[in-house]
Amino acid sequence: MDKTDHAAYGFREMDELAARQSPVHSLHPLAKLITTFVYIFVTVSFHRYDLSGLIVMVLYPALMFTVSGIPVSTCFYKLRFVLPLVLAVGLFNPFFDREPLLTIGSLGISGGMISMTTLMLKGIFCLTASFLLAATTPMDSVCAALRKIRVPGMIVTLLLLTYRYISVMLEELSVMTTAYKLRAPGQKGIRYNAWGSFLGQLLLRTMDRGQELFESMQLRGFQGEFWYADVKKARMTDYLFTVVTVTLFVLCRRFSIAVLTGSLVTGGAV
Amino acid sequence: MIRFEQVSCEYEKGKKALDALNFEITEGESVGLIGANGAGKSTLMKALLGLLPHTGKITVDGLMVSGTNLKEIRKKTGLVLQNSDNQMFMPTVYEDMMFGLLNYGMSREEADKRVDEVLGQLGIKELKNQYNHKMSGGEKRMAAIAVVLAMNPETILMDEPTSALDPCNRRIVIRTICSLTQTRLIASHDLDLILDTCSRVILLSGGKIAADGPAQEILRDRELLEANRMELPLCLSGGYGTAHMNGLRGHSQFEDGTAGAGSEVSPISP
Repeated sequence: MDKTDHAAYGFREMDELAARQSPVHSLHPLAKLITTFVYIFVTVSFHRYDLSGLIVMVLYPALMFTVSGIPVSTCFYKLRFVLPLVLAVGLFNPFFDREPLLTIGSLGISGGMISMTTLMLKGIFCLTASFLLAATTPMDSVCAALRKIRVPGMIVTLLLLTYRYISVMLEELSVMTTAYKLRAPGQKGIRYNAWGSFLGQLLLRTMDRGQELFESMQLRGFQGEFWYADVKKARMTDYLFTVVTVTLFVLCRRFSIAVLTGSLVTGGAV
Repeated sequence: MIRFEQVSCEYEKGKKALDALNFEITEGESVGLIGANGAGKSTLMKALLGLLPHTGKITVDGLMVSGTNLKEIRKKTGLVLQNSDNQMFMPTVYEDMMFGLLNYGMSREEADKRVDEVLGQLGIKELKNQYNHKMSGGEKRMAAIAVVLAMNPETILMDEPTSALDPCNRRIVIRTICSLTQTRLIASHDLDLILDTCSRVILLSGGKIAADGPAQEILRDRELLEANRMELPLCLSGGYGTAHMNGLRGHSQFEDGTAGAGSEVSPISP
């Protein structure tokens, strides 16, 4: 299978992951949505040098992966194109911030190194949390949850259509890449001088398909707002999950759990 | 009843895709729309559904195709697109079928029932929860027909319903079309299909009606067809069309003995 084919197929596999059965999958979409938002908010709010505080936030994705049965490898495999970008964000910090903040033995670790690690971890944590939300909740349900918290219909519809149209774009890209490769044997990738026309063609083709898809929606009575998935009423478990996780996130942010655990172990010598 | 009165349509100024068309299709009629590439078949269907601006008057059951009536007309008239991938935009067949029903105000319970009913009628119950991207071309086509039939339209338009189908799936689609009782307008280059499913044929050429009459007459007129860049159906030209395959000289008939709409056709010697 071609790389772009694989990407298109993989993208659609998210719907299959979301249709699985597990305690996490059965949680109310709004509960998962709120938890994910709070998690992301708390994660990014850690100070750039607060590595010990941030590290504890790994527990949430770790727990969710375990309970949902979604392999961690699937997550990192699907995020393989985005992760390098996230990792590159703090790459230059060690060059600008050279002041040593801590020493391990005789090795001094600069503030730049710590802030780079913090940034990378923040990115990874936020991405995995978002992935977990998408992999355990069908997109329709996420959108239904967004509508429930009064996010404007136009924005939610745009979100859903964007999600759907990414696979359309990937399909067209796959067809075009195959056609290109067949006429450029032995060539790696697409030559830079063909990029302009390639992207232009891709845009035109996806617009054409988008137009036909939209017409098909119009013919079936679409008037700007989707009828989202039938989201069932929230149960006690959903409320409990939200309250407990959000409280834990706030506690993790307020108190450095790693430091507290350390002081417990060392008898307050940390 | 569908009525076209002096209907014209143009994509570019001065270049008419449809040119002063006049015809009527009565209730329950099965009409084949044939013509070379660019003759205006798809344009006619899109104009009928109000997807393209036009001049002249198109009416569906007395309702003029224009702004305020579009919702009602589109509810009465279903279109099966040439490319099923563009017809199915939800993750599963079930969700796709529900989309239109919910948009037209049906309750979830009723819609659920309707989906099961239609899938049962077409004998494709197993496709209900199938992911669209995982289906074969034939399955997608059947699902696309189911999506349209679920809306319970009074008229069904089909744009190249057998394109890219293998012989077996083609036969299944033909059988399905023949079993429908609604008014049908089928655009196709597959003249054997038209012969099997339609009693009347409209031949388009350069946006104008070149011929309009009984399928047996028009599809036997070699001169007329060749003048409009078409050829005799295989079963009439001594090829291997349905009538020959079934060993039923002069009849278009299925394995189970049911006759196609264009039966009583005598092959023409080449």
